[in-house]
Amino acid sequence: MNNELFTLRVNGIDYEVSDSWLGESLLDVLRDRIGLMGSKGACTQGECGSCSVMVDDVLVCSCLVMGASAIDQNIITIEGVAPVGTPSDVQQAFVDAGAVQCGFCTPGLVMAVHDLLKRRGRPTETEIREELAGNVCRCTGYGRIVDAVERVSVQRRGNSQEESS
Amino acid sequence: MTVAVPTTLDEAVRLFAAEPSAMLLAGGTDAMVEINDGHRRPGGLVIALNRVSDLRTWRHDAERRTLTIGAGVTYSELMQEPIATLAPALADASRTVGSPQIRNAGTLGGNLGTCSPAGDGLPVLSALGAQVRIVSAAGERAASVDDVMVGVKRTSLKPGEMIAEIVLPVLDGWQGYAKVGVRNAMVIAIASACLVVDTDARQLSIALGSVGPTIVRCPEAERQLAAAVDWAALSVPSDALDEFVGLVSSASRPITDHRSTADYRRHAVGVLAKRLARRAFTAGERRS
Ligand SMILES: Cc1cc2nc3c(=O)[nH]c(=O)nc-3n(C[C@H](O)[C@H](O)[C@H](O)COP(=O)(O)OP(=O)(O)OC[C@H]3O[C@@H](n4cnc5c(N)ncnc54)[C@H](O)[C@@H]3O)c2cc1C
Repeated sequence: MNNELFTLRVNGIDYEVSDSWLGESLLDVLRDRIGLMGSKGACTQGECGSCSVMVDDVLVCSCLVMGASAIDQNIITIEGVAPVGTPSDVQQAFVDAGAVQCGFCTPGLVMAVHDLLKRRGRPTETEIREELAGNVCRCTGYGRIVDAVERVSVQRRGNSQEESS
Repeated sequence: MTVAVPTTLDEAVRLFAAEPSAMLLAGGTDAMVEINDGHRRPGGLVIALNRVSDLRTWRHDAERRTLTIGAGVTYSELMQEPIATLAPALADASRTVGSPQIRNAGTLGGNLGTCSPAGDGLPVLSALGAQVRIVSAAGERAASVDDVMVGVKRTSLKPGEMIAEIVLPVLDGWQGYAKVGVRNAMVIAIASACLVVDTDARQLSIALGSVGPTIVRCPEAERQLAAAVDWAALSVPSDALDEFVGLVSSASRPITDHRSTADYRRHAVGVLAKRLARRAFTAGERRS
């Protein structure tokens, strides 16, 4: 049962993790052991959301997940959202709306927005702000982030109307 | 150090019995903060509970009118139907916890395991008179939630014991939870209150958070308000409400710390109690 060595499935790829301290967070394992630098570490207390990832389809702060406990789970990080060069609709909307400034919070926010729009197709501004309460941005003042979410929401509804007509 | 990821409760209990000093890890939203900060450094066994399916389920017994919630059920799950209708105050409290990320990971069992006086689930469990089912290799026992919470971040759980389930009554009557903090989301309570009305029994209970070392019950205020309520009309005279607020505030035992002062907490908890009582009962004429 001693798992000095363990395997994590990240973005569909199995990574063998060795030489880690078993108590370290999934965030540290992703960044320092596996080398996926997209998830950011700032507060390491679950306050800032910059380390947000999906574990078995659930949005969590990777800093609050013990890395070695996430075996046999499906971990999706920002690197797994879309291939480099072909941004997801949310990523593109962030660019178009000017929702990226320094960029540090962006990976976590993109994860959170994908999750939000999966659960609520047509969020109100208040809902968007409440749902993103776990993602801190110190640059934008959030207005453009809200704008980006609304753009995607409108765009997706337009697309699904086209499909159904 | 070893991390075990059991999938059944039996397996988890067996692991814990073999190493009672092991650390239990549920959603990690309290435990990992301490580990990341270096305040806690597990050296031996860590038992991760988030894959134990017995702990992650809940069931409604319509005949006995109980709702049994596994220790590993998350706030996000508690906010959903039908739990939100069966235990509205618990759903209310869950909505106020942290952010989606925290509510997705944080569990009711972890809230009780941490036993912070600011734990948002705890006033609800206390006001509902929840029973806690505790398991260990020696078997299982039940305890009232008020007996499990013994001090600031201290429970009466013995080594090798874990919280399996929490049993709540399903009641007819209004119930709700309210908290104040420095902002509207992602905030630890400066003061909180849960009011539960049992219209069949013509009783009510109120439990307060963040105004004492553990959750504070207010038996005097409960008796006073229950006696003043017109149970047919579900109304209460407004001067009885004022008296209720006074009794609630004086039952609180707040301290001054970096989050707030004792005076503000005592005042705020009274305001919360009044708001909750107003939602539960229409405030009528003053008594002559
Ligand atoms: C950013 C942030 C915001 C937060 N906001 C709030 C908030 O608004 N309100 C609030 O109440 N809390 C809040 N919390 C605290 C935390 O989310 C809750 O207390 C949560 O319920 C803890 O549950 P968990 O499953 O994550 O517990 P863990 O961290 O896994 O465990 C907590 C403790 O309980 C023990 N434990 C876990 N399961 C069991 C069990 N089955 N039997 C016995 N012991 C057990 C563990 O050993 C540990 O000591 C916040 C935390 C963070 C990081």
